[in-house]
Amino acid sequence: MAATPMNQLSALVNNMFATGLLDEQFQQLQMLQDASAPDFVSEVVTLFCDDGERIIGELTKLLEKSSVDFDRVDAFVHQLKGSSASVGAQKVKNTCIQFREFCQQKSRDGCLKTLDSVRTEFYDLRSKFQTLLQLERQIQGFYPK
Amino acid sequence: MGGKYYVARRKGWRGLAAAAWVVLAVACSAAMHWHLRQESMDRAEERLVSMCEERARMLQEQFGVTVNHVHALAILISTFHYEKLPSAIDQDTFAKYTGRTSFERPLLNGVAYAHRLIHHEREMFESQQGWIMNTMKREAAPRQDEYAPVIFSQDTVSYLARIDMMSGEEDRENILRARATGKAVLTNPFRLLGSNHLGVVLTFAVYRPDLPADASVDQRVEATIGYLGGAFDVETLVENLLSKLAGNQDIVVNVYDATNASEAMVLYGPPSLDNEVPLLHVSMLDFGDPFRRHEMRCRYRQKPPMPWSAITNPLGTFVIWMLLGYIICAAWSRYDKVSEDCRKMKELKTQAEAADVAKSQFLATVSHEIRTPMNGVLGMLDMLLGTELTLTQKDYAQTAQMCGCALITLINDVLDRAKIEAGKLELEAVPFDLRSLMDDVISLFSSKSREKCIELAVFVCDDVPKVVIGDPWRFRQILTNLVGNAVKFTEQGHVFVRVCLAENSNVELNHVLHGTMNGKDGKFESTANGAFNTLSGFEAADRRNSWQYFKLLLSDKESLLDELESEKSNQSESDRVTLVISIEDTGVGIPLHAQDRVFTPFMQADSSTSRNYGGTGIGLSISKCLAELMGGQISFTSRPFVGSTFTFSAVLKRSYKDTSGDSGRSLSEALPTAFKGMKAILIDGRPVRSAVTRYHLKRLGIIVQIVNNMSAGLKAFSGQNGATMSREKASMLFIESDIWRPKTDVQLLNCLRGLKNGQLSEVPKVVLLVTSEADKEKYGSTFDVVMCKPIRASTIASCIQQLLEVEVPERKENQNRPSFLHSLLVGKNILVVDDNKVNLRVAAAALRKYGAKVHCVENGKDAISLLQPPHCFDACFMDVQMPEMDGFEATRQIRQMEMKSNEERKNKLASCEGSTFVEWHLPVLAMTADVIQATYEECIKSGMNGYVSKPFDEEQLYQAVSRLVVGTTDSAV
Repeated sequence: MAATPMNQLSALVNNMFATGLLDEQFQQLQMLQDASAPDFVSEVVTLFCDDGERIIGELTKLLEKSSVDFDRVDAFVHQLKGSSASVGAQKVKNTCIQFREFCQQKSRDGCLKTLDSVRTEFYDLRSKFQTLLQLERQIQGFYPK
Repeated sequence: MGGKYYVARRKGWRGLAAAAWVVLAVACSAAMHWHLRQESMDRAEERLVSMCEERARMLQEQFGVTVNHVHALAILISTFHYEKLPSAIDQDTFAKYTGRTSFERPLLNGVAYAHRLIHHEREMFESQQGWIMNTMKREAAPRQDEYAPVIFSQDTVSYLARIDMMSGEEDRENILRARATGKAVLTNPFRLLGSNHLGVVLTFAVYRPDLPADASVDQRVEATIGYLGGAFDVETLVENLLSKLAGNQDIVVNVYDATNASEAMVLYGPPSLDNEVPLLHVSMLDFGDPFRRHEMRCRYRQKPPMPWSAITNPLGTFVIWMLLGYIICAAWSRYDKVSEDCRKMKELKTQAEAADVAKSQFLATVSHEIRTPMNGVLGMLDMLLGTELTLTQKDYAQTAQMCGCALITLINDVLDRAKIEAGKLELEAVPFDLRSLMDDVISLFSSKSREKCIELAVFVCDDVPKVVIGDPWRFRQILTNLVGNAVKFTEQGHVFVRVCLAENSNVELNHVLHGTMNGKDGKFESTANGAFNTLSGFEAADRRNSWQYFKLLLSDKESLLDELESEKSNQSESDRVTLVISIEDTGVGIPLHAQDRVFTPFMQADSSTSRNYGGTGIGLSISKCLAELMGGQISFTSRPFVGSTFTFSAVLKRSYKDTSGDSGRSLSEALPTAFKGMKAILIDGRPVRSAVTRYHLKRLGIIVQIVNNMSAGLKAFSGQNGATMSREKASMLFIESDIWRPKTDVQLLNCLRGLKNGQLSEVPKVVLLVTSEADKEKYGSTFDVVMCKPIRASTIASCIQQLLEVEVPERKENQNRPSFLHSLLVGKNILVVDDNKVNLRVAAAALRKYGAKVHCVENGKDAISLLQPPHCFDACFMDVQMPEMDGFEATRQIRQMEMKSNEERKNKLASCEGSTFVEWHLPVLAMTADVIQATYEECIKSGMNGYVSKPFDEEQLYQAVSRLVVGTTDSAV
């Protein structure tokens, strides 16, 4: 089959499902996208990416301090967890759950470790999302509604 | 730690107590011993005293007797000798007399009389007597003032003759004392000359007869004429005396002259008494001599033996004390041990309970966690199956998918069980159509039953309400389980599901007089042709479904014409209905030995079962739990190789709402009503089966006439020739395949067709009911339609529709849940509160999908300001965890605001009458990621109406919203 953007997109999404990056919630999102909200997925995904980046930045700052305010860290992680659950970013969500446990234990090392993995997972996901959005734009460009 | 310390301290304390106990016991025994010894000592002393006194008295008495005799002798001498010239007594007379009377004086070895002689008379006396006085030493007596020569003497003491008694120092003193006192006096003890025994000399003064009784000492001295003397052989005396008395062996008697108190002289007895013997008694002896004191000392020869009782009794007491102490100690330690064990048990119990809870939680978590990836696997397989695959690949993929589905089912089962065990399973209460639910369950197994060629049928009694309120999913789960088992284990015959009210079931039970429970009674009636009167003609374990009893069940309902009517008549009854559902099969049955553990989880009849039939054996235990949760119970009757009948009951609520008119609520496709009033003839030889078929046809409004063979069926047709209206004629003929005799009946059928061609305007449609797909093809040409069982109202409906080309009004839009949600939410103003933009966006989109108008705010404060009554929102979805103000707090404030405004408005409205007052009560649903019980409780506490999980799950959203609508229908609009 030719590597049309459509095929590429479905392959990418399938791959993301298969690797556990995404869960069924993302399908729900895709289902929510219809004529009334044609850019819904991209809108949400962009929101998620911006939000996630901001939170990760905040978390990095918070954890760099000598005395860590774990309550604030926890609040941020909770937010990130909520966002990732909403877009179906399963891996990030699971790591956030772990992260919160470390927060409750007030373990700075654990937090830093999980922050690292959250960061890698997030950026990995974001790059995939960006590709995805690009493909979607291409598709929409090809088949303007 | 504290416990150990406490135990150690207690142990120390107990050691102390034990020591104290022993000391107490020893002291007690010692005291007892001492007391007993003292007592025995006292007794011994008493005895000693009495013995001693007795001896002393006797001795004194004998002595007194002797002295008296000497006194008499003195008087004799003073009478017959004094101043008698010549004297009436001479030596010979004296010797003879004294010799003959010596028995009177057994203590005296002899007596002698000494004359008082003044010096100036000496010469005359010596000359007169013809001898010279000698001293004691046998010498001629030296000159002295006074002499006391012995003139008379008894033969035993003849050696004293002519001896001057005054020459001996002691004798002289004695003499002087005797004449001064006028009493018998005694010398110190000395060894007697003859016997060498210890003795004393007794001296007695002889006075002139004219001496007055109250004479002074001088007068006495002057009146003295002589002296009588005798030696007392004290030793012999005492010896004789003692030998006469009892108890002589036990005691040692000593007699002392104790005139000189510091230096007592021994008169009798061994000179040194060993001082070891403790008891000593001293008795005073009065021998009549006032100058001398004599005493008798008695003691035991041996130490008085300690009485045995003084040893044994205290010992016994000690032993008893010790035993008692031991018993107390043992009881104590036993108590300690038991209480310690008890404590340990309690600890273990709590541990075990904790472990059990942990296990359940673990199971729940793990099951949940497995489900997620499994869904991925299944989804992928689904997608894989959608691609182009070779046949083999497709087969593999399908197998994998089937296995995956089986695994998911198992996990769901485990999860259910864990949930039930953890008490977390909550039953829902939603209205559902029982009959269509039963149909759905049956259709699940239709392919299997067709494959196996078994009859699968469902029958719901007419008086069971059409719509009941309960948990359809759980109800269905039980049914699926039981029917699934029944189908699985049945190779031939039938599986028959019957639903009726408990009251009727009981009535019917009473008719079963000879219950043949679990195959223990073999009596079975059968119909004439050897078949049993059950659904398929095979024997069943429980006879309740055989025609005999089934008939009874039907008989009282026959009169009821319409379902609606029956429902109306039921309205007066209580709200609750108890349904009894029995699932009868003619399968392998359950072996007798396995019957008591059928409901134990993971326990199958035997290990071969899982090999032959598969399955884990958890289904029945879940069914049991679920039935119990529904307020019912589950039981079964089974006979090996005959079949089993599982019966369970469930308490549900009656729903009075007519659901057919309620567009949103119907949970199943509504049956078409176009066939109402049609007539059909059913040819079926088995009453039970025909009743089932009629039940399904009746649901469609078709009136059924039952005949039991082909020719009767034809007769029935010809019998209604007169009817003019096509509706009144039977337009359908249903034939059961086993009634069908291909050879003869085809002719009959053709005959019917021929008949109709001429006489009937409409040819009746002939429908054959078969049990397997294979038959379908076989008979396809002969009949208009061949229907494969299990029959359901809807399949019949579609079949007839096809046959008769009846216009069925287009069914309304498929009323599944999303559309129901849509109908609930369309046009509603909904406020979504979430601080997370992404969540907010997604939630909003999800709600918009259902047609709601969504307004979003990002925190609780904004929400409160928007929800200041009056507002135009119909519902609010509130995130629980938000910075600044969380969902709980926001809801509390909203509720407060509502209350305040309600008060105000009420007051305002109170003035103007007649206006209806609707309270502000905005439905608030929490959105939360962690749906645990505690969160739910807190939601309710802070005034929320329910919760939905984040991200939205359609099912859950539906549940929450429908609950909301049921609960607060008025206020939500």
